Amino acid sequence: MAKAQLTVGMTIDGFLLEQRIHRGGMADIWRVRRGDIDFPIIMKVPLLDFEGDISVLVGFEVEQMIMAEVNGPHVPRWIANGEFAVQPYIVMEYIDGPTLLKMWADRAAPVDEIVHIGIEVAAALADLHQQHVLHFDLKPANVMFRPTGEAVLIDFGLSRHEQLPDLLDEQFHRPTGTPDYMAPEQLFRVRSDKRSDIYAFGAVLYQLATGQLPFGRPARMRKVRRRVWRDPVPPRTLRPVTPPVLQEIILRCLEPLPDARYQSATDLLFELRHLDLVELTERAQRTQQSDFRTALGRRLRAPRTIRTILASATRPPVRPPIILAVFDLRAGLEDLRQALLEAAASALANTPGARLACVNIMPTSLIGLDENVDAAGENIHVQKLADLRIWAQPLQLPRGKISYHLLESRNVAAAILEFARSNTVDHIVIGATRTGPFAGKVVAQVTAEAPCSVTVVRAGDEGSHSLR
Amino acid sequence: MLIAFLADIHANREAMSACLADAESQDVDRYVFLGDLVGYGADPAWVVDRVAAMVAAGAVVVRGNHDAAIGDPREGMVAEAHTAINWTRSRLTNAQKGFLAGLPLAVEEGDRLFVHASACAPQTWIYLFNSREAEQSLMATNQRLTFCGHTHVPALFHTTAMTPPQRHVPIAAKPTPLLAQRRWLAVLGSVGQPRDNNPAACYGLFDDVRSTLTYVRVPYDADLAARKIRAAGLPEILAARLTLGI
Repeated sequence: MAKAQLTVGMTIDGFLLEQRIHRGGMADIWRVRRGDIDFPIIMKVPLLDFEGDISVLVGFEVEQMIMAEVNGPHVPRWIANGEFAVQPYIVMEYIDGPTLLKMWADRAAPVDEIVHIGIEVAAALADLHQQHVLHFDLKPANVMFRPTGEAVLIDFGLSRHEQLPDLLDEQFHRPTGTPDYMAPEQLFRVRSDKRSDIYAFGAVLYQLATGQLPFGRPARMRKVRRRVWRDPVPPRTLRPVTPPVLQEIILRCLEPLPDARYQSATDLLFELRHLDLVELTERAQRTQQSDFRTALGRRLRAPRTIRTILASATRPPVRPPIILAVFDLRAGLEDLRQALLEAAASALANTPGARLACVNIMPTSLIGLDENVDAAGENIHVQKLADLRIWAQPLQLPRGKISYHLLESRNVAAAILEFARSNTVDHIVIGATRTGPFAGKVVAQVTAEAPCSVTVVRAGDEGSHSLR
Repeated sequence: MLIAFLADIHANREAMSACLADAESQDVDRYVFLGDLVGYGADPAWVVDRVAAMVAAGAVVVRGNHDAAIGDPREGMVAEAHTAINWTRSRLTNAQKGFLAGLPLAVEEGDRLFVHASACAPQTWIYLFNSREAEQSLMATNQRLTFCGHTHVPALFHTTAMTPPQRHVPIAAKPTPLLAQRRWLAVLGSVGQPRDNNPAACYGLFDDVRSTLTYVRVPYDADLAARKIRAAGLPEILAARLTLGI
């Protein structure tokens, strides 16, 4: 379909071709330049061949459509699309960083690095999902890192925008995606579930933790289906340094039933950021694959499992909303804390499935050393966390539905807002006092800039307490 | 250029006014009416006069089956539609009837076709609900883009030379790129009697520079339109369905 051989020095729609930097099976990548663009850009040119696989053509069409829709730090900035009838291409920002594949290939990474990578990739996935885009081909080759650290997801040829026509739906008899990382529902051509990306994420993390793929490299589709009934070898068995909490997260992502995985990339990100809050189940303790009898039983039940997977995958998942209660633990504010508790209880009652994040901001002083121990030698952090737990006790929320956080910051409002943004909080409940860090200014800034609804709580006769 | 598509107004003055006001606020350059100006609703004369005035100012209009039934009682219809058509006929002047009788079945413009129902034998008013019906329509025209109405249910079909049409349910207010390498068939939903469980009036905005189509939903005073239908003595179902979008 390309009208002419592309060569160095040619100009296409104002883009000067400087150098071909990659020759792939499906596309060439050229470094290009245009006078009005002052950052490095590349041109992706598909190797379209009408005799060949039409999926290449449609895949490029999909990528053009999706790239023009998404933005932000977790995707390459899109510049222009070339018309199919003339010369199809996509011009985008050049990402000056390695792919995850280049960084680790089939090697296992240190645990800290896995968690760090996991957080960045989950943040990128959450951002993409927020923009209504499902990647459907998440794998190490499609994850890059900016020099500033953010993960960038590339190659949207199999992706789907929830609000736009799915150009790949029902188009092909074969499932689309990379089998090594593909969720079971994708084998049955379900293209509507964000949790398919969570599964692929789990496979990527499994590979980083163990140096192996969870289900090997199956050569034939029949073998690919084994993941419906066969569980992967637990990462800790292959690499004992893997902490139980990481195994818990990885195996939960790799659950065959979408309903059993994390329900959103935001949830996953939240757990990766707060490993101490992850609820450990039998998954964390597993030391071997299920035995022959169990596996055989699952194999025999596979047709029913597949039906359950499909039913689960075509139902929209429910993301548990997060309610953030912001605290002032100073003495004399008992009435305010009681009012806050009531407001939190009412928000929880009105938001089915919600989880509560309790945050205490500890303003750090500008001068002097911050002491972690008080005059009596008690650890302040431990004491404050205990205070938070005692406060929340009447709510009787099970573990997993409530979390406790101490944030230290000189800028209280900024710390609250940053927590709300990075954890995609749905509702902030904050107490207001007339003095101290929660005086008007902080509450006003939080209310003005919050990415969600804010409930400001006051104690009935708050003045008499805070003035004493 | 921004083109507004209004299909199946069905004599609903309140819905049409709301859509036109919305379109004006978006700086629409051109209006295309995709048929069925009358039938069902209580304001046929007002709607015909308004469309006629806009056509005189450059708008495009095609004929729908209800418009055709005014001049030709042989058009087959369900009972309540038939009742409404007889009532409508009594409300229109000869000039208004003449305007409806003179409407073209289809209009072609650039790479676009405007038609009320399927492009395949348009005078037989075939509904475009599924991919097979869309394929027949797409095969009956060489135009790349078809804009039509008739079903009262918004839908967007797309196809390539090698793949059969796929049906997409458009999301309101989301501009959808009508990609140049595909052929598209847009069913615009209904201004005056939506039937997709959303009572808001539906019309389309096509940006011919960016080649994007946006389905716009406009809430309007459906209660008033329903009261007028009841006051006119028309069948109750025609009033009740407006507030439910069925």
